Amino acid sequence: MSFTQDNSSDSIQPRSLKERRFDQTFKGLARFFAFLIAAILLAIALLVTIRAWPAIAEYHLGFLFKSTWKPNDPPDFGVLPAIYGTIVSSMLALAISVPIGLGIAIFLSEDYLPTKVQRILVFLVELLAAIPSVLYGLWGIFVLIPFLKEITPLRGPAMLPAALILAIMTLPIIAALSRDALSNVPLELRQASVGLGATRWETIFFIILPAASSGIIGGIMLALGRALGETMAATMLIGNNNTEIDFSIFEPSNTIASLLANQFAEASGLQVSALMYAGLILFILTLCVNILAELLVKRLQKI
Amino acid sequence: MTSEQSSFSFNPSRLKRDPKSPRTLLGLIMTAIAGLFTLLAVIPLGFVLYYILIKGFSSINLQSFTQLPPPPMVENQGGFGNALLGTMIMVGIATLISVPIGVMTAIYLSEFSAGSKVAEWVRFATNVLSGVPSIIIGVFAYGILVINPIPWFYRGYSAWAGGFALALLMLPTIIRATEEALKLVPREVRWASVGVGANDYQTVLQVVLPAAIPAIVTGVTLGVARAAGETAPLLFTALNTQFWPNWDEWLFEPTASLSVLVYNFATVPFENQNEIAFAAALVLVLFVLITNIVARVVTSRETY
Repeated sequence: MSFTQDNSSDSIQPRSLKERRFDQTFKGLARFFAFLIAAILLAIALLVTIRAWPAIAEYHLGFLFKSTWKPNDPPDFGVLPAIYGTIVSSMLALAISVPIGLGIAIFLSEDYLPTKVQRILVFLVELLAAIPSVLYGLWGIFVLIPFLKEITPLRGPAMLPAALILAIMTLPIIAALSRDALSNVPLELRQASVGLGATRWETIFFIILPAASSGIIGGIMLALGRALGETMAATMLIGNNNTEIDFSIFEPSNTIASLLANQFAEASGLQVSALMYAGLILFILTLCVNILAELLVKRLQKI
Repeated sequence: MTSEQSSFSFNPSRLKRDPKSPRTLLGLIMTAIAGLFTLLAVIPLGFVLYYILIKGFSSINLQSFTQLPPPPMVENQGGFGNALLGTMIMVGIATLISVPIGVMTAIYLSEFSAGSKVAEWVRFATNVLSGVPSIIIGVFAYGILVINPIPWFYRGYSAWAGGFALALLMLPTIIRATEEALKLVPREVRWASVGVGANDYQTVLQVVLPAAIPAIVTGVTLGVARAAGETAPLLFTALNTQFWPNWDEWLFEPTASLSVLVYNFATVPFENQNEIAFAAALVLVLFVLITNIVARVVTSRETY
């Protein structure tokens, strides 16, 4: 025992208490901030629920099935049109962006193109996701809606332009995550399939897509979560019709996010609670979708 | 069984692909469709960029950066100076809050949590947080900082509330970028540092972190670009204003931002305000384009 101590040179000394303390503090701080992230998520859920409570107590679950939005004399609120618009616009958007996004993912994960061209295209598709949504809204108002007016019965902001922009905005998520999933499929599977005489597309359809399916579905769910919560483009293009459901895609509709964007700044009293209640519904909706997506994508990483 | 299957004689011509067989044709058609879809995705990007660049350049000039937004129907004057300043203030606040928290969280995840269940949960929470719609983050910030019962906090629409909301939106981006960057630093570097007698914090702060800095900065810049374009959480936290900040209480008063200005001025029927919207949109688009391209160039160079 004493041998090691005697033999140790001056440069190797036990760490001073101060140093050890500092080390512990640093680690503790890192852990604290990590826990803070989880705490923020809980705080969001808690705060929105508390703020929404007056409206929850007043309207209960009937809030979800009522089509009125009257801030004054006497106030009466229901979010059925917004729920309808949120779900339908997202579904329409996905109906467009899923096949296109998958096509892109396949085209850019197979070796159709030289790597350089492929990389540029991947970058361009990713750039679609980086453009702020308010700019898509701006473009939609001045270019897309006038264009659609020429070729459809559209008269102004409505479900159709909003869904189209949502499709553009969800496209890069689906393309990027599907591409990840596809390129994660082991090469041996493809070699085996081609070795048995399958063509490239038979291999893609029957081997690669099924093997990557959990990642692809996870990507689609994440895109759905994004579409459900997307605010600015929807607000600027959907027409913000709070009080009735119109089943035509050429008529104004509304989403929960647009409702919040439009009304919060001028809301007071019970209206704030009603908006918080609507926000809570959107939060729960996107939370479920996102958690499911996370679990699916995680399963993929275990392959 | 047909005679073909039972015979083992090797027939090379059967291995050749028949150019007219339905299987080959189907493959060709599918390839064409997939290629077409890729083109189809790049087209809207081109349209959006082209339109905003053209319209923006034709309505931007020096006074755009220095003047206040114009009232309706006034010709040839006005700019978005206060909105540009407001965006910088709020994104600055957001960066100051989110970078230390994000980097420390990433350090915990990558350096101090090897294999622990807690780290899995934190990572999970980070991903879920990044999926929370930005408007809900806005609702949260509104709930605690704008109509707030906590007495010692300022309450009301403010740059601080807007910056707080943006910080929450940037956090997941920064955590992920930093964790990825830290993971890229080889383990041998840490061993070497510990081997010469460094403490854990010295290893992290003086060896690992500096090595990862370029990638972290890239991640933060992309987060900043994203935050600068965020609109929804600012609508009812920072609100908006037509005026320059009042420097006595600039953190605690309604504050304009480029994105909210674009939203407001795009949805009015006044042409001069529409033009200011396009000029502001141009600034945002250029910012996003340049940061993304620079980030791409920086990350393609590996540090280690």
